[in-house]
Amino acid sequence: MTGFGHNSEDEAEGRIEALAEMMARLPGLGPRSARRAVLHMLQRRDLLMTPLADAMHDVAAAARECVQCGNLSTAETCAICREERRANGEICVVEDVASLWAMERAGAFRGRYHVLGGLLSALDNVGPDDLRIPRLRGRIADEGVREVILALPATVDGQTTAHYVADAVEGSATVSTLAQGVPVGGELDYLDDGTIGAALRARRSL
Amino acid sequence: MALAIETLTLSHFRSHRAAELSVGPGPVAIHGPNGSGKTNVLEAVSLLSPGRGLRRAGPGEIARRPEGVGWRVGAVVGRHGDRHAIDTRAEPGATRTVRVDDKAVPQVALGRIARIVWLVPAMDRLWTEGAEGRRRFLDRIALSFEPTHAEAALAYEKAMRERNRLLKDGADDPAWYAALERQMARSGAAVQDNRLHAVRRLTEAQAGAVTAFPAAGLSLTGDDPPGEEALAAAFRNGRRTDMYAGRTLAGPHRADLAALWAEKGVEARLASTGEQKALLLSLVLANARALAEDLGTPPILLLDEVAAHLDAGRRAALYAEIEALGAQAWMTGTGAELFEALREGATRVAASEDGGASLLRAA
Repeated sequence: MTGFGHNSEDEAEGRIEALAEMMARLPGLGPRSARRAVLHMLQRRDLLMTPLADAMHDVAAAARECVQCGNLSTAETCAICREERRANGEICVVEDVASLWAMERAGAFRGRYHVLGGLLSALDNVGPDDLRIPRLRGRIADEGVREVILALPATVDGQTTAHYVADAVEGSATVSTLAQGVPVGGELDYLDDGTIGAALRARRSL
Repeated sequence: MALAIETLTLSHFRSHRAAELSVGPGPVAIHGPNGSGKTNVLEAVSLLSPGRGLRRAGPGEIARRPEGVGWRVGAVVGRHGDRHAIDTRAEPGATRTVRVDDKAVPQVALGRIARIVWLVPAMDRLWTEGAEGRRRFLDRIALSFEPTHAEAALAYEKAMRERNRLLKDGADDPAWYAALERQMARSGAAVQDNRLHAVRRLTEAQAGAVTAFPAAGLSLTGDDPPGEEALAAAFRNGRRTDMYAGRTLAGPHRADLAALWAEKGVEARLASTGEQKALLLSLVLANARALAEDLGTPPILLLDEVAAHLDAGRRAALYAEIEALGAQAWMTGTGAELFEALREGATRVAASEDGGASLLRAA
């Protein structure tokens, strides 16, 4: 370590520490795992760290909201909205991009999405104008949508938003919501009473 | 065998630094001078059920001072030969966590293991003070019959706070009001159903009992239109007046519990202090009897300073009823003589203060 003055050595240490602290603010990482990640990257500087930094730089500059649905994309219109096959007359309304990704991961839905960008909450100062509800009405007419599927959380805010959206699109398309009940592969013994009640109310004949 | 705590361990819990109690299935009588930590033991037991316990304290208030290292309550609870180890604790600045049989579970899971019903001196003025206390009393009883009552009440509160904000802001968006009111009506109707069920079960349990305690005729009153449809209509039609008030003026949050001392035809609030206490005890015992019928075991009862307002005859009658019910009733009192009428099988504990910490020993 010759050639480094005491001060610049401290400074270099400080920058690595600052990077670890920034990483620790990411979801799923704590101070220890962030330091481990930084160390891991430093040991693979050319293979991992520099390409990662470049990719982050590119995405930070290019990422934007899809003008149609609000999904994240690096183009004006996202890949799902560009794909003609997905214009099947169904639109799934979700709270945020994380919900959209969860739906896509399941691979069960073949239509298009509409990301609201939040939930109605007077206490959090989120009103209808902050959500992409007028745009949804426009899309129903433009894209010939027959069914709007509400995939919103089963919380008070989620259900308030669901009722509000259902009211806003009433008459222009059929509105449905996701079912609530027993999870696939789930045992009744472990379910909370509210879920069992909801599952019973939503029962269907075999 | 009925639901009962077998061992109870307290660590840095209010006045208790470290305490361990082994208790039998019958009544548990804790006696000792003021400030010796008797009620704290009952509070610890109350935290084996969901919620904030019998003092409605936040987790930060419970930790023993000056250490401030957090607190822990452990218990082995038995019921029909089934045993569960419950551990509930809070680290400083954190919320309370619960483990059952060494697995982390949500608080509501406690309701499925132990139903716990209590009566504390703060409830002595229940009939003379505001409706809020009576609603809370009724809601706890409703919760003891129906564990989902808490979720319905929370959903109603949350939707109402949202609506109240719209009212205060003078918002003019009928669809937004309608969306919130639908949820208020649905959860509010569930709250009403649970409360009505509780009142009905208490009434039945009082009617069928041979007891030394006066029966209370219960009814629900207040600005609370019954049923989902009526609630929805009241919210819809009340928007203008509610906006002037800046809050929701009708609904389950405005309900009240009225009690009539049935035998004398006198409203509970007009009865003597002792009679009011007797009425409350009568309701708590009715709650326990109804739960015993519904679940096959009586709940655990926590009766703080219960002997204070009762004469010797009523006290003996209370003990006899508890023993007949087979409930594990935890009771406190300043002197051992208050519990002389209890039968042999009772667990007797003496509480005292020793060098800044409470001390519990078998008596």
